[in-house]
Amino acid sequence: MTDTAVQTAAAGKPGFFTTSTLQKAVAFVVLIALLAFFSLFAPNFATGSNMVGIMQATAVNGVLGVAVTFVIISGGIDLSVGTMMTLTAVMAGIILTNLGMPLPLGILGAIASGALMGAISGTTIAKLKIPPFIATLGMMQIARGLALVFSGAKPIYFNDTPNYGLLSPESSITRLIPGIEIPNGVMIMFIVAIIASIVLNRTIIGRMIFALGSNEEAARLSGINVDRWKILTYAICGGICGIAGLIVSSRLNSAQPALGLGYELDAIAAAVIGGTSLAGGRGTVIGTIIGAFIMSVLTNGLRVMGVLEEWKIVVTGVIIIVAVFIDIVLRKKA
Amino acid sequence: MKKTLLTSALALGLAFGAAPSFAQETYFPIIAKGFSHQFWQAVKAGAEEAAARNGVTITFEGPNTEAEIDKQTDILNAAIAKNPQGLGFAALDSQAQVPALQKAADAGIPIVAFDSGVESDLPLTTCTTDNMAAAAAAADGLAKAIGEEGKIAAVIHDQTSATGIGRRDGFLNRIKEAYPKIEVVDVQYANDALKAADNVKAILQANPEIKGIFASNEGAAIGLAVAIKETGAQIVGVGFDSGKSQKDAIMEGTLIGSITQNPVGIGQCVVDSLAKAIKGEELPKVIDTGFYWYDKTNMTDANIAAVLYD
Repeated sequence: MTDTAVQTAAAGKPGFFTTSTLQKAVAFVVLIALLAFFSLFAPNFATGSNMVGIMQATAVNGVLGVAVTFVIISGGIDLSVGTMMTLTAVMAGIILTNLGMPLPLGILGAIASGALMGAISGTTIAKLKIPPFIATLGMMQIARGLALVFSGAKPIYFNDTPNYGLLSPESSITRLIPGIEIPNGVMIMFIVAIIASIVLNRTIIGRMIFALGSNEEAARLSGINVDRWKILTYAICGGICGIAGLIVSSRLNSAQPALGLGYELDAIAAAVIGGTSLAGGRGTVIGTIIGAFIMSVLTNGLRVMGVLEEWKIVVTGVIIIVAVFIDIVLRKKA
Repeated sequence: MKKTLLTSALALGLAFGAAPSFAQETYFPIIAKGFSHQFWQAVKAGAEEAAARNGVTITFEGPNTEAEIDKQTDILNAAIAKNPQGLGFAALDSQAQVPALQKAADAGIPIVAFDSGVESDLPLTTCTTDNMAAAAAAADGLAKAIGEEGKIAAVIHDQTSATGIGRRDGFLNRIKEAYPKIEVVDVQYANDALKAADNVKAILQANPEIKGIFASNEGAAIGLAVAIKETGAQIVGVGFDSGKSQKDAIMEGTLIGSITQNPVGIGQCVVDSLAKAIKGEELPKVIDTGFYWYDKTNMTDANIAAVLYD
């Protein structure tokens, strides 16, 4: 055993905190290394506008990653985050474009519909004892089907809601700090991450989610209403998917009902690369955001270098496996 | 009461007897490559119009995404099992589904292919856009707009389907043959609008001197327009197909033009050809349903507006 491992193991805190911190650090080092690598070898990579482009490409996956991190820490999984995002975008479209209601109601509607769908997933898991993988696999199809039905299988456009661009492509921060242009969608991702981090680490909700994931039976025996907290966890996940739905539809100025399939795997990959354990009980929001950045830096960097799309997919796969391998090694040492 | 029922049943029977080729309700399953893209909705509208005109019943189905060849094969097998009078089929893979189609042909079911062809003699005809020629027209539009010289790139919607390959090669070949001063510096693939947007931004990042980009379908074109808007890049964007986003982008000048197929015409062609086939009429091997270059100047012309969809 190496010295550092002894030190971390002897730090006195429960093992899962230390390994999680360690892996978060590993992910951060990987991210910096990737940035350095592409800056050296990909001409035109290290420019301000490209960094903004990378952040913007991370926004949707980052927010979905945060959503699924809640569920994974609680010991579950949510395969419906991608299509739920699409459904919430369609809901926003129906409220704003078809019904002509004001923007705040559209925002509320998207988040509320996501939370409701999440709560339904959570209820089937907690009360009907359906395994999370199956329940959310079903929800993935239900959300996808409903998005197509509600939209009439047509994109819904936001041309009648002139302020809709505020939710993603526009940059409000420029008004506060002139010269800095970060799209609002990226700022929303960071705000979601900060709030989610506080909820997970500083509130009873977070403690319960970690307790569920660490040992559900122990939590139940100590008198915790496991079902209620589980349903809440999936509802939070769904609500955050609603925020992702707003970001993606704002950027495309339309709710695209066919988009979203496959996004759940990118979100889960971001969480896993960032050190969230699929076994539950361990993970951080910051790690997930770093994981999402690793994925989009890789994608962008390889593209700027002119590497074939096909190889880019292969490299992403390798990174996921390596990340989980590090996870296993660190867990053994802890 | 009983008597009237009996007489009407008899009368119906006689009526059917009089037209032997329509002895039972004529039913054509139409199997597309997808259904959520606006393009397929327009094909469906054309097929339904022709079905009403010919007095036949159709169903219009397709897999969730244009990558699910296996799902489409299941849909195809289920349709053949219903023993229909004819079958309309847009193959996701030009070879994989030939055995299933052979079953239909053995059962004497006339087959009309549409959109993408099938590498076999089984379909009586194929209602399709000449993708190579259509993409070549996109290349001409792009080349003209950049003064026939400079660097360009392309975003293609996928690397395996006949439409993806046809449009890519049609575009690249035309540039190579007709415009020696134009260099294609990058060809990327993206299957949805969000990915296409990030993709185009990466292309612009790697090649700041680029003068134009071609996007090969509706999703890719939406992404191209989003990326041009976000970066403010002064480049020429050319799309493919229509849809409201793309039409708006052309009206605002974000994209300079696009190629539209004739999806409504494709749908009509499938059902009309099947109706002709069961009457024993001869059909040409390929029916070109046509394509049009459209831009700000001709978008509202009656013949163009008719083939554009929202």
